[in-house]
Amino acid sequence: MLRGDLGALAAVRRRKMVANLDVVLPLPTAAPLPAAPAATERDLRLDLFRGIALWLIFLDHIPENVVNWFTIRNYGFSDATEIFIFISGYTAAFVYGRAMRERGFLIAGARILRRAWQIYVAHIFLFTIFMAEIAYVAATFDNPLYAEEMNILDFLKQPDVTIFQALLLKFKPVNMDVLPLYIVLLLLFPPALAMLMWQPAFALAASALLYVLTWNFDWNLPAYPNGVWFFNPFAWQLLFVFGAWCALGGAKRLAPVLQSPAILAIAFAYLAFAFVIALTWYVEPLGRLVPNWLSEWMYPIDKTNLDVLRFAHFLALAAVTVALRAARLAGAEIAILQPAIRCGQHSLEIFCLGVFLAFAGQFVISEYSGGPLIQIAISFTGIIIMIGTANLISWYKVIEGRSPGSRVQQPDADLAGGEA
Amino acid sequence: MSVILALVTTIALIDGAAAAAPTDRCDVPESFLSSESELTNVANEVKARQRLDISVIGTGSSSLAGVDGVRFAYPARLEQALQQQLKGISVKVTAHVQPRASTAEMVPGLAKILTDDKPSLVIWQTGTADAINGVAAEDFRTSLDDGVSAIENAGANVILMNMQYSPRTDSMLDVSTLADVMRIVAQQHNALLFDRLGIMRSWNDSGTFDLYTATKNYDMARRVHDCIGRALASQIIGAAHLDANRMQTTR
Repeated sequence: MLRGDLGALAAVRRRKMVANLDVVLPLPTAAPLPAAPAATERDLRLDLFRGIALWLIFLDHIPENVVNWFTIRNYGFSDATEIFIFISGYTAAFVYGRAMRERGFLIAGARILRRAWQIYVAHIFLFTIFMAEIAYVAATFDNPLYAEEMNILDFLKQPDVTIFQALLLKFKPVNMDVLPLYIVLLLLFPPALAMLMWQPAFALAASALLYVLTWNFDWNLPAYPNGVWFFNPFAWQLLFVFGAWCALGGAKRLAPVLQSPAILAIAFAYLAFAFVIALTWYVEPLGRLVPNWLSEWMYPIDKTNLDVLRFAHFLALAAVTVALRAARLAGAEIAILQPAIRCGQHSLEIFCLGVFLAFAGQFVISEYSGGPLIQIAISFTGIIIMIGTANLISWYKVIEGRSPGSRVQQPDADLAGGEA
Repeated sequence: MSVILALVTTIALIDGAAAAAPTDRCDVPESFLSSESELTNVANEVKARQRLDISVIGTGSSSLAGVDGVRFAYPARLEQALQQQLKGISVKVTAHVQPRASTAEMVPGLAKILTDDKPSLVIWQTGTADAINGVAAEDFRTSLDDGVSAIENAGANVILMNMQYSPRTDSMLDVSTLADVMRIVAQQHNALLFDRLGIMRSWNDSGTFDLYTATKNYDMARRVHDCIGRALASQIIGAAHLDANRMQTTR
């Protein structure tokens, strides 16, 4: 995904972006297609799609939200999580790949681990907010009808165990599974990145092998009180490593394949198939039309272990996106899409904010029995708050001299106010 | 002006009274109760022996605490609703409630229940305890599949009942994944799904019940169980083609 005419994009960007963005990227004198890890610019399209993925994750995290009908998970197998993890892998390789090339394994590895630590702290902060909400519900909500459901609050009776398990990333309440996945992926990333830069094909094959072995031997990390991680890091690493591989020249290598009409036809056919299957989840009579052997083979479409059907759906979406040139940004579009790009550039903060806003929105809906209008209002307010916060963070980076233009003073700052 | 004011006040009062009065109406959209699967064993049993023996197997949400909880919980309400509509048929609903039991934990006990009750229909309410305990979808599916096969092999029809719609715990307890699994397993077998989750959500959306309400009182819980019992009765009568009038006239 997102390969192709980066050169043309860079040219457009040179003309328009300086005027449109106050974050001015360091531009190379020539605009070559990014050969292996030669890319020096952060691709705005990545930020754009990551920003949109963050909005979708926020919307999907509010149960009972009419706006959810517009998110991609209702129209096929994969959802915003795949986009988010793929782009995170792509960006991580982009940012830390350069660091590794310029400053070596130790420095790049240290920066990756620091990033993992920041995400860990963010996760624990979110956990605290979640505990506050749960404690409130436990103290105020009572209804004999829901005696059984209230057992979910049992963990409040033993905070000694629960909080330790949360610190160990074993106890992860609903909607708090993505950041722990990201942490584990980053912890494993320094050697993976070194391998990707040394022998990309070998690294990708190793990642695929780990994925296959995980499926074969049911590997996963343990969760508390029981079960396993909702997002299995040993399976989802495939998407992250694939994203990193694309960033390090793989996208360019894939370009001829993606331009072939046959591949495109297969991608379209698969998306159409997934769409029809998704329809059967919502239109009951259609469900009967799915042959038994097909559902036997297909279901459950396992999100925990990144089902092959989901992975393929993401690949098809990516191929079609690239082919439709939807990913090409002209200057005017950059201005319109700026809010999403901004959100994508500060993904950690905006992701956490999104999880918090989903809690808060859910809370408002429960307290005031929100109808569709309230749900729509909450959805849009949430996205506006996300955009406002992203702009505020950009502003802080500018006044603190951490914008890319002033990287000379702050050699360690990440690119384009961005994160991996 | 005062006329208008009086009118508005009257409307407000009527409206308030209507909202405050306990409603007996809890219509369920037809799409929730219709199904292409048929309860053939039930139909045969009723026809041949004028009996309908039903076993309800479930967890905490198949019961109600409090004085006379058993009498107000949906299994008893179902029995009464069926008895009223199927004149001359001996209806017996036996509830086996195992609080906090996961699906995997319920499966081994099925054989004994099937031998003891000899039901022509088993209503299996499950999924909530599994969701609370974080049982993986694949494991849940395997257990459910084993259980449904065991019941069908014993010659009984199956209705799977999914979770309650519980908006207050939605942000802590995700039941949708396992609810999807239940729908799929029902489809693969010749089983019916009683979509309690969807039905209760529709009641909440239409204002039949405000399921956000915090209360220590049992009134609402009892009314919800009564409505579930009656909706189940409609589903059974429809899927077994036990047209109420015809049953009466054949006697």
